[in-house]
Amino acid sequence: MTDNSFVRTESHPDLPPPVRHTGIIRWMRQNLFSSWFNTFLTISSLYLLYRIVPPFLEWAIFSADLSGSTYQDCTSGGACWAMVRVRFDQFMYGFFPTTERWRVDIGFLLLFATAIPLMIDGIPGKKYLAIFVFAIYPFVAFLLFHGGFGLEIVDTAQWGGLMLTLVLATVTIVVSLPLGILFALGRRSEMPIIRMICIGFIELWRGVPLITVLFMGSVMLPLFLPPGTNFDKILRTLIVMALFAAAYMAEVVRGGLQAIPKGQYEAAQAMGLSYWKTMGLIILPQALKIVIPGIVNTFIALFKDTTLVLVIGLLDFLSIIQSATTHKNWLGTSTEGYVFAAAVYWIFCFSMSRYSIRLERKLDTGHRN
Amino acid sequence: MKSILFATAAATIAFVGSAQAGLLEDVKAKGFIQCGVNTGLTGFSAPNDKGKWEGFDVDFCRAMSAAVFGDADKVKYTPLTSKERFTALQSGEIDVLSRNTTWTFTRDVNLGLEFIGSNYYDGQGFMVRKDLGVKSARELDGASVCIQTGTTTELNLADYFRTHKMEFNSVVFEKADEIRAAYDAGRCDVYTTDRSGLAAQRSLLKAPEDHLVLPEVVSKEPLGPVVRHGQSEWGDVARWTLYTLIVAEELGITSANVDSMKSSKNPEVLRLLGIEGEMGKQLGVSADWAYNIVKQVGNYSEVYERHVGVNTPLKLERGINALWTQGGLMYAPPFR
Repeated sequence: MTDNSFVRTESHPDLPPPVRHTGIIRWMRQNLFSSWFNTFLTISSLYLLYRIVPPFLEWAIFSADLSGSTYQDCTSGGACWAMVRVRFDQFMYGFFPTTERWRVDIGFLLLFATAIPLMIDGIPGKKYLAIFVFAIYPFVAFLLFHGGFGLEIVDTAQWGGLMLTLVLATVTIVVSLPLGILFALGRRSEMPIIRMICIGFIELWRGVPLITVLFMGSVMLPLFLPPGTNFDKILRTLIVMALFAAAYMAEVVRGGLQAIPKGQYEAAQAMGLSYWKTMGLIILPQALKIVIPGIVNTFIALFKDTTLVLVIGLLDFLSIIQSATTHKNWLGTSTEGYVFAAAVYWIFCFSMSRYSIRLERKLDTGHRN
Repeated sequence: MKSILFATAAATIAFVGSAQAGLLEDVKAKGFIQCGVNTGLTGFSAPNDKGKWEGFDVDFCRAMSAAVFGDADKVKYTPLTSKERFTALQSGEIDVLSRNTTWTFTRDVNLGLEFIGSNYYDGQGFMVRKDLGVKSARELDGASVCIQTGTTTELNLADYFRTHKMEFNSVVFEKADEIRAAYDAGRCDVYTTDRSGLAAQRSLLKAPEDHLVLPEVVSKEPLGPVVRHGQSEWGDVARWTLYTLIVAEELGITSANVDSMKSSKNPEVLRLLGIEGEMGKQLGVSADWAYNIVKQVGNYSEVYERHVGVNTPLKLERGINALWTQGGLMYAPPFR
C-alpha cells in the first residue's frame, strides 16, 4: 500500500510574530497610540515639535552667524552668535583685568581638581583633601581673586560674569549648610533661649523675599552706617544670601532630624554619648542622608537665585549678558544672550542634580521597606 | 514707620553732607571719581567689547575726570539700578550720578540731591506705522497702545489721553524687547516710551523706515547728572564741566581744533582754555581744565553724535537738544 498521506515529520518553524506585535511598531502601539486620546496627544505633540524644532535649529545653527563685530555684520537672518563669541571673556570674567584672569582660572581649576576627587569613591587621602577644600582653599581663593601678598589687588567692583555667579553660589552653599545644621539643631534644642533665637532667625528670614533682603543689604544698610565706612557691596550680598539660605537649609535639615526614630536618640543616650557625639555620630549622618534631595534642591534654587543680584546692580552672569546686549553695537541680540545664559545655567543645575542622584544611590544602605 | 525711616535716612544724609565738606579735595586725594551709571541703556551707558563703559552718560564722568585730573580715564564706574541710584549717592558710595535721571522737584528738594543741569532733554513720544496714516497724536482715539508696566510712561499716557478726551486700550509688557516684538507683530497700533528709547527700538524693527515717531512730546524728562546737597565746590566742577561741553560747541571748539584755538582772537575762548584769566584756579582745578575736557572727550556735539546721533543705531536728531542758537535748549551761561 502506497502511503499517499503526507505526514509532516518536523514541526513548522515558528512564524515571526505579527508585525503589529514586534519591535518599534509594538512599542508605538503600546506607548503612543494605545487609545484615541493618546493618539491625539502624540499627533499634536509631533505637530508642535515640527513647528518648533526645525525653525529653532534653522535659527540657532543652520543660518546663524558666528563672526562679526557688530549686530549689523550678522546678515544671514539667524542667531547672531558673534555677540557671544566677541563677549565670551567678558561673560566669564566680568571686568576682571585681562592680565590677571589666569588667577580666576587657577582658582576654579584648583577647586575642581580638589573637589571632584572628593566626590569619587576609592580615592585615598580624602581626609587631607577635605581639610584643604574646606579650611585652606577659601583663603587661597580669596588671595587669588582679590589679591594681596604681591598679587595686584582687584577691586570686587571688577568682579562679574560667570565668575561672580560661581563665587556667590559656592560661598553661599558652603556657608549655609553648616549654619543651617546649627540652626536646625538649635530649633530642636531643649534650651529655651537658644530655641527662641533659632526659631526667630529662621522665621524672620524665611518670611521675607530674597529681593527685599538684597535691597535691605544694598540700599538701606549703607544709610545707617557711619559715613566713610565702605562696606564692600559683594560682601554685603554674600552675607545676606548666606543667612537667607541658612534659614531654608535649617528647615530642610530639621525635616531629616524629625524623621529619625526616637529610639536612636535614646540608644545613643543609653550608650553614654554626649549631645555632640549623639548628633555627630548617630543622628546627623542618618538625618542628612534622608534629606539629600531637599538639600540639593535648595542648592539648585540658590544657584539660580544668584541672578536676583541684578536688582542691586551687580553684574553677574545673567545681567552682564543683558548689559552687553544694550550696547549700541549689539542692540537686538537679547534672544541670543538669553538662550546662551539658559544653556549655561542648565548645565550647572543638571550636573548638580545628577551628582545628588549618585550620592543618594551610594548612601542608600537600606531602611526601605 | 515709613516716616521714621525716612527721617533717620534724612538725618544720616545730612550727617554725610557735613562730614565730607571738601569732596573735591577728597576726590583729588583718592585719585579717581566714583561715577554711578546705568547697568545698560543703549547709547547712554553700556560696557563695550573690551569691558570699558561707554556712552553719553559715561562721557560726562570722563569729562569731569579730565577737568579734575587732566586724564579722562580716572573714573571708576558703579553700575546702578534705578532703585538704588539715589541711595548710592546719598551714602557716599559714588561721587556723581550720571544715569539718565529725570530732574524733578521732589528729587531735587526732598531727597537731598542737587541736579547740576540737564545734558539731555527727553520726553515721552509715540511711534506708529506709516500706513496708519496718522500724522498727530491727537488722531489716536481708540488706538491700542503698547507700554511698559509700572513706569511713569503709563501715567503720562493716561493723562494725555484723558486731557484730550480720547480712549485707548493699553497692552502691557514687562520688558522693552517684548514690547518691540509685539508692536512689530501688529498687536498694537502705537508704541510709547521716551523718544530716545523709541529711536533705539525703531532701529531694531523689521522695516524701520515703515514707522514714524509722531511730533508730540507728552512729558518733560530733563535728564542730568546729580551730586549731593552741600557739596558746592564739587557741584560747581560738575556744573561747569557740563557748560564747558556746551559752550565749546557754541564757540566751535572741537577735540580736533582745540590746539589751534589756543591762538584764537576770541577772548572767551582764551578764558575758557586757560590762556587768560584764572578760571581754573577759582574752580579749584588746573588752568587747562576745559582744554583737557574738549581735547579728551570732545564738545557736546561730538559726544552726542558719537553715542546717540544720526550715525549711531539710535539715529537721534538733535531736536530740542540743539544749541539755543539753533532753536534748541542747550544754553550755557557766559564764561567770564
